[in-house]
Parts: sequence; C-alpha cells; structure tokens
Amino acid sequence: MLARIQVPSQARRGEVMTIRISIQHAMETGYRLDDFGRAYPKNVIHTLSCHYGGKEVFRAEMGSGIAANPYFEFYVLAEQSGDLRFEWQDDSGVRGAERAIVQVVT
Amino acid sequence: MNRRTFLSSGFCALPWCTPIAWAQTETKREQFMREVSGGAVVNPGRVIVDTPTLADNGHSIPVRITVESPMTPEDYVQRVTILAERNPRPIVASFMFSPASGRAEVMTRIRLADIQDVVAVAQLSNGTYWYGQTKVIVTELACLEEVR
Repeated sequence: MLARIQVPSQARRGEVMTIRISIQHAMETGYRLDDFGRAYPKNVIHTLSCHYGGKEVFRAEMGSGIAANPYFEFYVLAEQSGDLRFEWQDDSGVRGAERAIVQVVT
Repeated sequence: MNRRTFLSSGFCALPWCTPIAWAQTETKREQFMREVSGGAVVNPGRVIVDTPTLADNGHSIPVRITVESPMTPEDYVQRVTILAERNPRPIVASFMFSPASGRAEVMTRIRLADIQDVVAVAQLSNGTYWYGQTKVIVTELACLEEVR
C-alpha cells in the first residue's frame, strides 16, 4: 500500500510536531454494488498506529465512515531524536508500514 | 367526504407526528453517545468540531476536532470518537491520544450519508466525557447505492 507521510526532519525539544499521513486505499464500504448487483465486500483500513521512540503516541480505529485514501493530521510532542513508525492494517489482512526519522535539537 | 369526516380523519393529526419523530432522532444520538461513554454523562463543551457548513458531496468532508486540554500526564484527552448518527455505521472513527501527543487535535476526511450533525465525544483522563457538534449540509450524499 502506498502512503505519503510528512514529518519535520528537525524539531526543538518540547515543540509540537505536525504529522500528516495519507494512505492509498479504496476504503470499500460494502454498500457499493457491481454490474451484477453483488456488493463489493467491505474492506477498510481498521487500525492505524503511530509509535515514537517505541511508545504509542497516536492510534486511529475506523470503519467505513472514513473517506477513500484516508488522510490524518495529528500532533506529537518532540522529546528525543528517534524514529516515528506508522503501521496500519485493512480488513483483508494487508498490512502497511512506514517510518521517518526525527532529529530533536535543544 | 364532508368537512366533518375530513376533520375526524387522520390527516389533521399529521403535524403532531413531526415533533415526536424529531424527539426520537434526538434519543438515537443520545443512545450512540451513551454507547461510546459506557453509560456515563456526556457534557456539552470543550470539543470543537470544525467542518465546512456546506459540502458539495458526502464522499470526502474534512473534519478537524480540537479538544481544550493542557495535555499533561495529570490531565489529558484519552480518546475522541466521531459520530454521524444518520450514516449506515454511525461510529465513524475513534482516535487515541496520550500526553506525548502534545495537542488534542486531529484532522481527517469522513463520509456522510445525509445532512446531519457531526458529533465528537472526548474521553478525558479524569473520566469525564465532553462533546461538540456541527451541522453539515451535504448536497450529494455518500452511500447512494444503498438506497437503490
């Protein structure tokens, strides 16, 4: 699964960093029908988590109410240099991951 | 049909049905809020739901939720849940925060199946629940296939 993340490469200690993530996914609701009247099975990304320095700082649990190609913007407090790990999984069991390194200066 | 039979028919009772139906949708929302809070009282305030007032289509509506909180280890927002009571699945998403979030704010894009209030319920670390809401007018609805 393709994803784009936007994380500041450098931040001051105590600064609130803006994190943006966009994942390419159809977020199939289960209500859409094909040409034969059969419903496409529901397949959405149900969990997205963000770990910073091994600690979970943000987590999203969602259903079919999130628009296709889900996009999230959230905030993380810069404490120490380390990596931000993003992980997500959809209903069909497909997992995705992405990481970014943040340099924290004092 | 003369005037007397017309008046005694059910037609004149119609306007009285409307407030009852409206009251029922209110309890439906309260029911979802109770489901989210596990029976605890959900107070109005502290949560700001920022959406466009008019959305051209319901497939992708930007929503920004801000909760007033110092986000310290003693007092922080644990969870924020987005509710859209007239969607086929009313619990849209929930977001977990921690003091390491720094700010209890999240932005995403949601689907809406009808003109409705988008409600956000926040659970604080002290065990209290707060909510905020905004009405969104959608001109072209999502989930049209369901109606077919």
